Amino acid sequence: MENGKKLYLYPLWLRIWHGINALGILVLIFSGISLHYSTRGALLLRFDIAIAVHNIAGVIITFNYFIFILGNILTKNGQHYRVKVQGLPKRLMKQILYYTSGMFKGESSPYPVTEKRKFNPLQKYSYIFVMYIFLPALIVTGIALLFPEMIIEKVFRISGVMITAVLHGILGFFVFLFLLIHLYVASMGKPPGKNYKSILTGWHS
Amino acid sequence: MRFFVRTLFLLCFSVIFCAISSPGQNTTEQNQTCLKCHASQTYTLYNDWTEKEEKRLMNPFYILDTVQLAGGVHHAFNCIDCHSMDYETYPHDSELKLEPMMTCIDCHGGDPTYQDWQFDRIEEEFHKSVHYETHGDQFSCSKCHNQHYYRPTARNSNSIREIVNYSNEMCLSCHDNMTMYQLVSDSTKPKLVDVHSWLPNQELHFKRVRCIECHTEVQDSLMVSHNILKKELATRNCVECHSSNSILQASLYKYQNLKTRSEDGENSQKSILGLFTINRSNKNLSNTYYVIGASRVPYLNTIFAIIFFAAVGGIAVHTILRILKK
Repeated sequence: MENGKKLYLYPLWLRIWHGINALGILVLIFSGISLHYSTRGALLLRFDIAIAVHNIAGVIITFNYFIFILGNILTKNGQHYRVKVQGLPKRLMKQILYYTSGMFKGESSPYPVTEKRKFNPLQKYSYIFVMYIFLPALIVTGIALLFPEMIIEKVFRISGVMITAVLHGILGFFVFLFLLIHLYVASMGKPPGKNYKSILTGWHS
Repeated sequence: MRFFVRTLFLLCFSVIFCAISSPGQNTTEQNQTCLKCHASQTYTLYNDWTEKEEKRLMNPFYILDTVQLAGGVHHAFNCIDCHSMDYETYPHDSELKLEPMMTCIDCHGGDPTYQDWQFDRIEEEFHKSVHYETHGDQFSCSKCHNQHYYRPTARNSNSIREIVNYSNEMCLSCHDNMTMYQLVSDSTKPKLVDVHSWLPNQELHFKRVRCIECHTEVQDSLMVSHNILKKELATRNCVECHSSNSILQASLYKYQNLKTRSEDGENSQKSILGLFTINRSNKNLSNTYYVIGASRVPYLNTIFAIIFFAAVGGIAVHTILRILKK
């Protein structure tokens, strides 16, 4: 944002994708925890319901992921996810210092939002990690667990299904953690609800 | 006379020696007479009417698989140990078909030699089962346990897959075979795939767990639960298995042979593979099997909890600082 000008940062397709993704991920986390910690007393969702819900949400998220990839290929949105290695640690450190100290001293953001720079470096690389590494890995392991007969029987004497499931669980946990931090960081707008409103209307002010 | 005594002595000695030294071989030899026909597709008999030797096809249900027979738990037995001695006469008397067959309990029941096998308890449990309730004595042990080929797989095998296959084959030999099913029922055999349509990942369940896991009342103190329940009473509650307190611990994964294998094998691989050791309280659920909800990796759960609370704590501290420095 420059000079208080409104920026149209989130086109309709992106907002729809983001909405479906957010709801889907929430459902997957909820049903995933229900499955992993299933017990005789209903902890969260009943096991059979959790299985069905997790499978359906997983398939929806997978198709939705391809919308994100396609959107990034066909529109300018992809430019926000381009990796620039040069000076990366310095940029990341600058943003970390702002979050941990600068913002409490009343300093302004070192990387304010512009049309060409939607994300600060920390946001950008966490999104790259989640969207291009964690989520595809979650989708691949999830599909494998949906068709476990495809999985290699044993890897170094350990069940292939076991390794896939553990990996799926670890990745799922980190996506859950990302969601927590993502929701919190989004509250750093002024006023705190500003960024939540932006992702609904598309306009950043 | 001296020659006669010497011959008689030699004959007696050789008979005793043979009986002591090689009972297996002796048994095999004796059984060979039976197997000459009963391990063959055809048999030859002299037809008194035509006064000719005739070759006929053997009833396929009376043909024995000699390889399976040799691997069976009763391989050292003579055929006539269980079947009537009158079978030694050939052609057999057709009335012999009606002879009451020996049951497992006839030999194994009330005998301290077989105490570890708990045959009497198995019989008690079986008498409560739907099979006995519906068919009474018509339903004998042999309906499931083929005495000719039976192998105590659950006791001896170190492969869950083999134990599951072997056990399920017993059920499927009737429940997936109309011919055999008709032996005990006049109704049409229900299609297993249809009646289990509610079960998610049906194929995987059929391959990885035994029918008896859901269709019996689990008895932790009994090697294999024999109280087969009515279909209405079969468990449909997923968390019976899919939970940290899985009933599979008291059934499929309880066997000492698997536990020993686990201790000797997988668990000796420490380092990074040690991370995959499941549920500390459940050593038998080794890292070679995965059951959703039951297979929890305690180290990972601890790490998850630490990271989660650290993140929540960090967010809380950051929020407080934001409020204070506003």
